[in-house]
Amino acid sequence: MLNRLTKLFENKRENLLTVYFTAGYPKLDDTETIICSLAESGANIIEIGIPYSDPLADGPVIQESGMAAIDNGMTLQVLFNQLTDIRTKTQVPLILMGYFNQLLQYGVDKFLDDCVKTGIDGLIIPDLPLMEYEQFYKDKLTQRNISISFLITPQTEESRIHKVDALSTGFIYVVSDSSITGMKTGISSQQISYFERIKSLQLSTPQLIGFGISDRESYLTASKYANGAIIGSAFIKHLKGKNEVDKATEDFINLIL
Amino acid sequence: MIQLSENGYYGSFGGAYIPEMLYPNVKELQENYLSMIYADDFQREFYYLLKDYVGRPTPLYLAENLSAKHNATIYLKREDLCHTGAHKINNTIGQILLAKKLNKKRIIAETGAGQHGVATATVCARMGLECIIYMGAVDIKRQAPNVARMKMLGATVISATSGSQTLKDATNEAIRDWINNPVDTHYIIGSVVGPHPYPDLVARFQSVISEEMKSQLLEATGRENPDLIIACVGGGSNAAGAYYHYLNDLDVRLIAVEAAGEGVYSGKSAATSILGTEGIIHGSRTLLMQTTDGQIVEPHSISAGLDYPGIGPLHAHLITTGRAEAVSVTDENALKAAFELSRIEGIIPALETAHAIHALEDISFKSSDVIVINLSGRGDKDLNTYMEYLDKY
Repeated sequence: MLNRLTKLFENKRENLLTVYFTAGYPKLDDTETIICSLAESGANIIEIGIPYSDPLADGPVIQESGMAAIDNGMTLQVLFNQLTDIRTKTQVPLILMGYFNQLLQYGVDKFLDDCVKTGIDGLIIPDLPLMEYEQFYKDKLTQRNISISFLITPQTEESRIHKVDALSTGFIYVVSDSSITGMKTGISSQQISYFERIKSLQLSTPQLIGFGISDRESYLTASKYANGAIIGSAFIKHLKGKNEVDKATEDFINLIL
Repeated sequence: MIQLSENGYYGSFGGAYIPEMLYPNVKELQENYLSMIYADDFQREFYYLLKDYVGRPTPLYLAENLSAKHNATIYLKREDLCHTGAHKINNTIGQILLAKKLNKKRIIAETGAGQHGVATATVCARMGLECIIYMGAVDIKRQAPNVARMKMLGATVISATSGSQTLKDATNEAIRDWINNPVDTHYIIGSVVGPHPYPDLVARFQSVISEEMKSQLLEATGRENPDLIIACVGGGSNAAGAYYHYLNDLDVRLIAVEAAGEGVYSGKSAATSILGTEGIIHGSRTLLMQTTDGQIVEPHSISAGLDYPGIGPLHAHLITTGRAEAVSVTDENALKAAFELSRIEGIIPALETAHAIHALEDISFKSSDVIVINLSGRGDKDLNTYMEYLDKY
């Protein structure tokens, strides 16, 4: 069975633009506006970050936006409430990104049920171990037709890449460099050879390249080696201090596409 | 039997909840740590350095005045006499040797009170490795002497300015550094926290404390086992070391002393076993202080080394199964105990350790009991804080 995300990959496999934003930032109630503006401006997939106090895989830009969002009053319950009617507004594939502790505290089953209710298509849980997913959660996601995406990095061994390929049901999140989010910009020749190596493996799951993708140039370069790219910190930086987030979002996407 | 499972769990606590970026490094450690640290040459060098460089074995001192006051037989395991002034160096010696075996060139560490930072900077100087220490901005202020020591030892001290700017945030920053430097860097975690195998690795290096206690007690009292062992618990490395060889000796009561801060329910506390719930912090499933939404709560303790919102998974297991008894001691009572020990035994303890001393007032025991308190560190680093209370106590 297809969801909006897997259906997208059936129809389009090139230059897929995924944009991350932190729910509740810059303002608590910006969630729907940002999602709709991103979708209307041409983003193909939207990754909604659940703000977390201790986001180990993220850099300072996303952490600060998360702290601001928490201060604004964002919680997982508030987020699901905000998303109640989102499917009457847009059919863009929506992914939630959060840390495993947040799911544990909310209750994994309740979390997954609320994903189904609001129309969430996929998840990224960077600190959920592959083995634990396979053992305890794989069936739950499959039953609910929710995709999951695991990460690979330049240091991930080939045997593990194949494991990630086998378990990922959305896309493979190709971490462009050994770094946390938002630390580096531009793409080096070393990274290119890593992208080429991944491409040559001819994995069955689509791949999106993220981390260090900040502008049109890096988006296009990354898209040559994968099905598309993910932009996060650069968009958060762009939103900082903006009052008209719809306009700001549109401006940002216009610079990329 | 208290035993670590193959996947790094003590009961339901432990594991390795880490982003993929850390996976190769953690896997490398998981696969190699036991064979490496129990190799003959490793053990020889480890024990040689513990003896001639650290000054082990540390004395097991019969504190007669403290014993008379509390009406029991009280021994102090003098980890404060270790080189650099606390038990922390037992672990850093072990981990720097491991880092060498793994061919790492660069060492990172987090520190709260600065004791682990100093102990790491010390072994890096001794072994000629680059050393970067992450320390919360708040802790840098309240532990100035240790910051100066780290710098004198050649380490770079980086201020962690995110979140509460204490130990939790320093740990986050160290983990991020490791993500950014995945090949040449070893992360020397200072406590029995973090993803598997760290809790076990650190506990094994610290277990020299209880290994010595067994033979020292046998010599002093005719039996290896005390009736009680008391140790303070932040992450819990000194407690893990003091308990280690007694974990399965059920006649030995294990007392884990946490920081109550300004009172367990004051909103300014670090009493994790009472205020904490099961969740994930720094890659480990354990008890931690968090909101119902899973956001990690900022703890409070006057002692930087106990100012941590989680406890090691071993301690979560010991406390939830009833093997260890948790006690919490307020800032004020810790100060009181620090002055008392200074005045009656002539030993100025670290603020962390002072919590363990005060536990004598908070638990019941018999006059015939033999009690060992792990005197985990000395108080030089806390003199600024102590001076503020000189007129009061």
